[in-house]
Amino acid sequence: MVSWLADVGAGTLNKLRAIGRATQILWGAVVAKPQPIKHFPLVIKQMHVVGVKSLSIIVVSGLFIGMVMALQGYTILVDYGAEGSLGPMVALSLLRELGPVVTALLFAGRAGSALTAEIGLMKATEQLSSLEMMAVDPLRRIIAPRLWAGLISMPMLAIIFSAVGIIGGHLVGVDWLGVDAGSYWSIMQATVEWEEDVVNGVIKSIVFAFVVTWISVFKGYDAVPTSEGISKATTETVVYSSLAVLGLDFVLTALMFGI
Amino acid sequence: MASRKIELMVGLFVVIAFAATMMLAMKVANQGMSGNGDTYQLLAKFDNIGGLKPRSAVKVGGVTIGRVEKIFLDPDDYTPVVELAIFKEYNEFPETSSVSILTSGLLGEQYIGFQPGFTFDGIEMLKEGDYIEDTKSALVLEDLIGQFLFSRDND
Repeated sequence: MVSWLADVGAGTLNKLRAIGRATQILWGAVVAKPQPIKHFPLVIKQMHVVGVKSLSIIVVSGLFIGMVMALQGYTILVDYGAEGSLGPMVALSLLRELGPVVTALLFAGRAGSALTAEIGLMKATEQLSSLEMMAVDPLRRIIAPRLWAGLISMPMLAIIFSAVGIIGGHLVGVDWLGVDAGSYWSIMQATVEWEEDVVNGVIKSIVFAFVVTWISVFKGYDAVPTSEGISKATTETVVYSSLAVLGLDFVLTALMFGI
Repeated sequence: MASRKIELMVGLFVVIAFAATMMLAMKVANQGMSGNGDTYQLLAKFDNIGGLKPRSAVKVGGVTIGRVEKIFLDPDDYTPVVELAIFKEYNEFPETSSVSILTSGLLGEQYIGFQPGFTFDGIEMLKEGDYIEDTKSALVLEDLIGQFLFSRDND
């Protein structure tokens, strides 16, 4: 009984220490002495790695998710003669939920795991220590550009995801199943609100971007510098990011769209 | 040179994201998507337009011949005026034509049903900017229920 209590205590303390280290990394990378102009080229390079290279998976999944939603929604809505509401159904589910959430999950799998592995390997091969030897702060030189690149790229990816998904819904709903093109767009326009739906979706995806990139760089920076440690850190990045995104999504939805 | 290429790709990424934002904004701002092909404008006055919206369809026997361009209130007699954009290929409607606001299905969206009139001597074709005189307003379900209850009381 006593040893069980001690285990619980040790586990809690470890978690708290990890949160503390993560906050230190965030502080050192973002808040303490930022050099936006000097590090801007590094951010561009990282945006290419995490943003541009994720574009294909985002566009393809967005297209297919929009198409599937139009197909599924149509079979239900047509029973009530309400297939004109297909547009708002596809647009609202993409803008409010699927766009930010699925983008964040894909981003964690595609870019987050790569960030963790890269930084972890830098640590294992003592590149980070070498930087410190040369009086270059690895937090500012390595971590900060990756954090910023993730934070900027992911909301953009989420917007592209939603837009492509709506086009996919149009492809299936209008061009294939024969929903009226005018009612697809006009009822969508009448239903979707700029602030309520689009801006809230972007806010969601900014929060997810922050959480996913933070977890990714922290797991890499904090990894045990062995091959086993890096593999564990990469797995944990994907698992923790996905859980955090899904959990936060409920909280944010309750705050934004709840009563 | 390699970094130039990376900058180019990131620039492209930003432009695509901006285009996607614009697309989402247009959907909300309710502009763009200006139909397909040339149109001409007809006007119709209604007592009540119910749930008619801009970009609703105008149909003859189920075939879409145009869209509702805009809806505004006549400043003189406070009746709603609906501006219809009819495709140029359907430009042979006599001025005895009538329009009514119909609902597709029980819960569906509202559209304008266009009934072409008869042609005989002295009847001209509808031109750009003409008013369609014969209009039937939207059925408002609440009014209908009210009338039904009222008529039951009389029995």
